[in-house]
Amino acid sequence: MILLLRRIGFYILAALVAITLDFFIPRLMPGNAVAAALANLRSQFTPATIKALELQYGVGTNQSLWSQYVHYWDKLLHGDMGISTSHYPATVTSVISAGLPWTLGLVGLATVISFMLGTLLGILVAWRRGTALDNLLPVMTFFQAAPYFFLAIVLVTVFSTKLGWFPAINAYDQTLVTPGWNWAYISNVLYHAFLPALTIVLASAAGWIVGMRNVMVTTMDEDYVLVAQAKGLPKRRVISYAARNAILPSVTGFSLAIGFVVSGALLTEIVFSYPGIGYILQQAVLERDYPLLQGVFLIITFAVLTANLIADFAYVLLDPRTRQEG
Amino acid sequence: MALGTGVGAAEVPLVTEDTAVPARRVRRLRIPRSPKVLIGLGMLVFFVLLGVIGPLVAPHDPSASLSTTNGTPQPPSAAHWLGTTQIQQDVLSQMLVGGRSTMLVAFMAGLVATALSVIIGVSAGYVSGLADDLLSMLINIGLVLPALPLLIVMTGFLPKDSNPSDLLIGLIIAVTGWAWGARVLRVQTLSLRNRDFVQSARIIGERRWRIIGFEILPGLVPIIASSFLFTVIYGVGTYTALAFLGLINGTHWSWGTILFWAQSQTAAQNGYWWWWVPPGLAVALLGTALALLNFGIDEFINPRLRSAGLSRRQAKKTGLPRRFPLGVTPVARPRDSAFPAAEEPGS
Amino acid sequence: MTSVHVGTLDQPAAAGRALPGEPLLEVTGLCVDYGLGSDAVHAVLDADLVLHRGEVLGLAGESGSGKSTFAYAVTRLLRAPGVITGGTARFHLGPDRDIDLLGADEAQLRRLRWAHVAVVLQSAMNALNPVLSIGDQLGDVLRAHRPDLDRTGRRERSVQLLDMVGIAADRLRSYPHELSGGMRQRVMIAMALALEPQMVIMDEPTTALDVVTQREILEELAGLRDRLGFAVLFITHDLSLLIEIADSIAIMYGGRIVEQAPAEALFRAPRHPYTLGLLGSFPSLHGPRVRMTGIAGSPPDLRDPPAGCPFHPRCHYVMERCRTELPPLRPVGRAAGPAPRAVACWLQDGSVPAPAELTRPEPGPGHTAGPGSAPAIPATPADTGSTAADSEGGAA
Repeated sequence: MILLLRRIGFYILAALVAITLDFFIPRLMPGNAVAAALANLRSQFTPATIKALELQYGVGTNQSLWSQYVHYWDKLLHGDMGISTSHYPATVTSVISAGLPWTLGLVGLATVISFMLGTLLGILVAWRRGTALDNLLPVMTFFQAAPYFFLAIVLVTVFSTKLGWFPAINAYDQTLVTPGWNWAYISNVLYHAFLPALTIVLASAAGWIVGMRNVMVTTMDEDYVLVAQAKGLPKRRVISYAARNAILPSVTGFSLAIGFVVSGALLTEIVFSYPGIGYILQQAVLERDYPLLQGVFLIITFAVLTANLIADFAYVLLDPRTRQEG
Repeated sequence: MALGTGVGAAEVPLVTEDTAVPARRVRRLRIPRSPKVLIGLGMLVFFVLLGVIGPLVAPHDPSASLSTTNGTPQPPSAAHWLGTTQIQQDVLSQMLVGGRSTMLVAFMAGLVATALSVIIGVSAGYVSGLADDLLSMLINIGLVLPALPLLIVMTGFLPKDSNPSDLLIGLIIAVTGWAWGARVLRVQTLSLRNRDFVQSARIIGERRWRIIGFEILPGLVPIIASSFLFTVIYGVGTYTALAFLGLINGTHWSWGTILFWAQSQTAAQNGYWWWWVPPGLAVALLGTALALLNFGIDEFINPRLRSAGLSRRQAKKTGLPRRFPLGVTPVARPRDSAFPAAEEPGS
Repeated sequence: MTSVHVGTLDQPAAAGRALPGEPLLEVTGLCVDYGLGSDAVHAVLDADLVLHRGEVLGLAGESGSGKSTFAYAVTRLLRAPGVITGGTARFHLGPDRDIDLLGADEAQLRRLRWAHVAVVLQSAMNALNPVLSIGDQLGDVLRAHRPDLDRTGRRERSVQLLDMVGIAADRLRSYPHELSGGMRQRVMIAMALALEPQMVIMDEPTTALDVVTQREILEELAGLRDRLGFAVLFITHDLSLLIEIADSIAIMYGGRIVEQAPAEALFRAPRHPYTLGLLGSFPSLHGPRVRMTGIAGSPPDLRDPPAGCPFHPRCHYVMERCRTELPPLRPVGRAAGPAPRAVACWLQDGSVPAPAELTRPEPGPGHTAGPGSAPAIPATPADTGSTAADSEGGAA
């Protein structure tokens, strides 16, 4: 319990650091990108909007850094991340809210599937050590090393352009179905989500497989596994003795890699023009929509921190040693 | 890992006290002869050579538009081995020139990040008390904040037409990539610090920097090497991703830049495979090479990971199974002929 | 129930106890290597051993002498890269039911294991699965080997087992890290006895414990043995322990068995110079002060063992013959006696007169020696006038 509270405290601290970084980066980067951008937009936006932007970035105001910081926090706590310059007049919050569910669905599900699949395969490869399965490892290395978006492009080319089995872009076909809790819509969504999800799974599963295999190999050398064999337990049970322990570093590894998996998944969205956070991010970059850019960064960071917290919970559940008081 | 390259998610290396962090002196540097490592090494050498001589042998200027009449990318031909882009730039030249930038940034990122991780990680492991707490906190925060989004924000705020040098880009990437190595090094330093030979050095009164330099660091060399390789993989992937997103100047040629331009013309959906396959494949293969090398180091650190079992020849000669089954010690001798066929141990 | 009599250093428990029954485990010529080919390490060479029903056989030796390797190899639990390269091992399950341990396949081994042969490891912390409760780990074995028991039956049996070693029933829900070292070892013992096996191999079961707990565990063990009558192969480097609890003792050196004798006989009348050295390495609590000498030198390199007798570089009494010819393990002493007594030493084959320390008379039945009767290595080599001094100093 104490452990979890400490972790929550840590994540809150990390969030604070992220928010502070978010505040300082525009002001620290060389060159004066914001001022230049504002100069361009002056003609297109209402004076009120321009004023708000200036306040947000401390451009052309006499405010001290500290009061800008306070102002920033004030807005943030009210859920106001500013106006998106590329989606004007929509607020950053509204733009992100539109895309977030898509990302959570796609990335969330794909990551979980990938982790479970990868872990199971890793156990299998470790179990059948010395057989042909070992040759799988270098192949896995290749998949691990290939950039997510490269795999995405490969899949699109093969399965969409060439074979026409799956759609190449978007979350659903607007001309065919309308959003709602009907099977037509849901099935269409799943159909469109298949390739992006497959990309994420292919790219990240390799990492889990290799990692889990390595942990298993080391764990299988432990005394308690020897005892399990000495006990004459069925093979499956012996493996489970090892696996139940090997899963722990694996979960830790999961926590460490979440950030990377999410990043890769976002890039995948771009290739598929999947209307999630990744796609929004790319738009923000291309248009240099600074408020949106910063907002997306914060949301991604918060999501990763939350995922980490969930993984920590899972770890505590799996390892009875952490429940020891004191 | 992501950005698609490198670090296996669960590859927090199991370096515990029992694994072979060589106690005092580094073992003679033996390159393991496993085929994985040799292939990886060969590939890496190829890429390094490519980076060095690439720009010198490129037939054309990668940015040069060689013909203004044709608006469609051309497939590979004798004149253009890797085809052209839609404004008739030679893809091969782009690959050759881009290779150097990609390698430079990646290695720069690797060097700086590894240096940072050594400084922060070893210090955190060696000191105790408040300093250690603070440093650990720093490392953990560095670990948990997602790297690519942070980099996107950082590079996004650079002026739009700026063109930072490779070294600078490498430096910026390194700032986000040191945390993982630092954490591993901290754990390992902690365990080494409590070993007898370090304790005795402290009691004798050796100065701290000498202890760290001569007693602790040599034991950390394999981990530092592994961490360096991981970080280079990370650097390649991240740099390519940043370029792909358009955060690097479009005329600053790297493999990621090629992918950016290809994506802008939806090369994949349009079937211009020669535009996006070479850069993507190159990045993947470079990452694979580094990862294979890392396997070698992993197996050096943890000998249990080496390929188990016997070679086919050995197995045939001794009559043993190729794979030593779990929990059943193999017996390499003819059956006890004086003994009737084994009877069932009933219960 | 016979009273628990563990004995003291000067009064071995074996004194007065009838020797156990027919052979349970017969090992002849066992050879075990680590690795194959020219790089192979010869961990066990030509080892012969017989364990009788209900007997406590101690297997003693230094680190690297091959004692653990021997035990694990016989049960086919030796980890890679261990390979058995020769010999036979027969387990006499019952009248007319013999198992060829080295020829058995996985399924046979699985049926045999734990039900007939159990293992207790040195470190219970490592031997118990940290993420499973004690109850789960006890129940595992029951589920695998006793399909006739249902959940309640298993639970009852588990409680019974814990009770047998003096642990409260509510500990079934505990995890290994919540128990003390001594308790964990008790749990391991209870677990080993779950199916009432005929043989239990104990690999340094008390080495990791403090002496008080050690004592308790050994007493517990003796009591259980009296009750259930299983044989024990007790592996340890602590010879003094074996003198207390073992019926007979086998000494291993350099992968070979160099002496085997009933415990008291070994203690009172050792025949092998190495045994003599070991006995001289721990002090008696009573009697006059004697000068302690260890055994100079270090154990042989198992990849390249010395020619001839493996112990010759460190032996006080080394002769020319020892350097070139390997002494076989030969019966010696009271060949007519119920227990086997064997030594692998050229001093004992009758061709040369053996030193007095190595030819003490065998203790008669019921003989209890007075204090200080344990033989000791002569204080200086000069006493025996042997050439050992030179070889001793060099063997570092």
